[in-house]
Amino acid sequence: MSVADAAAVQSGKAQSAAAEAIHVENLHKKFGQLHVLKGVSLSARDGEVIAIIGGSGSGKSTLLRCINCLENPTSGIIRVNGEEIKLKADSHGHTIPADRRQIERIRSKLGMVFQNFNLWSHMTLIENVIEVPVHVLSVKRDEAIAQAEKLLARVGLAEKRDVYPAFLSGGQQQRAAIARALAINPRVMLFDEPTSALDPELVGEVLKVIGDLAREGRTMVLVTHEMKFAREVATHVVYLYNGLVEEEGAPEQLFGAPKSERLKQFLRNVG
Amino acid sequence: MKRRTALASNPGAKLIDAFLPASAAGIMELLSPVAPGWGSTLLTGLLHSVEIAVGATCLGLMIGTAGAFGKLYGGPVTRDLLAVYTTVVRAVPELVLILLLYYAGTDLINQVLTAMGYSRVDISGLAAGIFVLGFVQGAYSTEVIRGAILAIPQGQIEAARAYGMSPGLMLRRITLPAMLPFAIPGLANLWLIATKDTALLAVVGFFELTLATRQAAGVTKAYLLFYLAAGALYLALTLFSNLIIGRVEAWSRRGMPSVKEAR
Repeated sequence: MSVADAAAVQSGKAQSAAAEAIHVENLHKKFGQLHVLKGVSLSARDGEVIAIIGGSGSGKSTLLRCINCLENPTSGIIRVNGEEIKLKADSHGHTIPADRRQIERIRSKLGMVFQNFNLWSHMTLIENVIEVPVHVLSVKRDEAIAQAEKLLARVGLAEKRDVYPAFLSGGQQQRAAIARALAINPRVMLFDEPTSALDPELVGEVLKVIGDLAREGRTMVLVTHEMKFAREVATHVVYLYNGLVEEEGAPEQLFGAPKSERLKQFLRNVG
Repeated sequence: MKRRTALASNPGAKLIDAFLPASAAGIMELLSPVAPGWGSTLLTGLLHSVEIAVGATCLGLMIGTAGAFGKLYGGPVTRDLLAVYTTVVRAVPELVLILLLYYAGTDLINQVLTAMGYSRVDISGLAAGIFVLGFVQGAYSTEVIRGAILAIPQGQIEAARAYGMSPGLMLRRITLPAMLPFAIPGLANLWLIATKDTALLAVVGFFELTLATRQAAGVTKAYLLFYLAAGALYLALTLFSNLIIGRVEAWSRRGMPSVKEAR
């Protein structure tokens, strides 16, 4: 994506030909008195890799988790694939998804990768990978297994197909979690700090897998602390500060010539 | 007569003689499964005890699973009702509950039936026993299963939600199997308690192992023999249960590294 496109996305005008996979508008999230997101907007078109960066407590993970309603936003609009998530207020005044089937359908198109892998511990890797295709998407079991074997081979875990997650390293578990996300053939992949829980020497193997996915044109939204990686793979970077988008744009621009004082400070601190 | 005096001079034999009016051959005869032995009576009693325990544990597991989910995810009314249920059932002695539910329960059902124009029914001891003990087991299971669900790493539940699983699918595929290793020790306790709680049903006249033993002992006056035999049967049931539970626990922990290695 060019800088001009980034500017177009920034101004909210749809000029690019690619369809908008994720659209977030004026999102607010409050945890009790704590106002975590204060009106954030975000857009991801097909093939884009959006990196969300920011300090601790800036709301970047909350923003990502609101996209598939793992956290229910307090207010705002979320559209996935052009379909707006219907929200309603429950008896306590909290916003919740209005239509359970709609949110389940939307979630099954978003491949989420978590900081702590969150593989299902009572299933082997292959069982983890086929679980959602077979039981949520009604893919035939043998087809799902064939597909899962390809995906595990792709992330370098073909021989570990019958091993339980607890017997693997963090890097292996995270690569398996990426295979699980790919198995649903996701419209968008959501990464929530995928390397934060890993030992430093294991970060590289996971970033390589994510980088390959980015280069083959997967649409991704990525919350990360790896600035060098974000600069390499992202087509658009969003810097969150205190629940608001402080600055966003193409990676060269954001990392090369940041305008905001806070972003400059942040990049000095993490760099 | 001479023989008796000779035996009585030996203190050990004196003791045996005091408790057992029968000789070794007599013991075999009393325990023999064919009449006039009482073996088949005891075994029938054991079978009924096992039937009750299995039924009550199954019912208890169903109540417990529903109760645990109600307590964790239910609305305020559901939670309050379940809190009353678990508190009351766990506060009142089981014997009192059995007497209360058995007599008052059957009476209530019959009153409802007559009020609706049906004739009174005789409720089978088996069904009543399963219901009463299952109701008690349900309260304890609720807490065991609730604790086990809380022990599941929350991220695994979150991953299931994030991939669009419906609540029913998530229960079946993720929550229940993931909580199992944490629930097995507590549920195994409950099963063993259930096998022995069946003895309490003797007070309402249900023919289970303890009542069978009392009958056999009462008729033959060989009290020690029959109560020891009953004890041995309860022990055998426990040992057999341990074998099965051990296998189930090992299977449920298949995804977990051995604790020994982490020592």
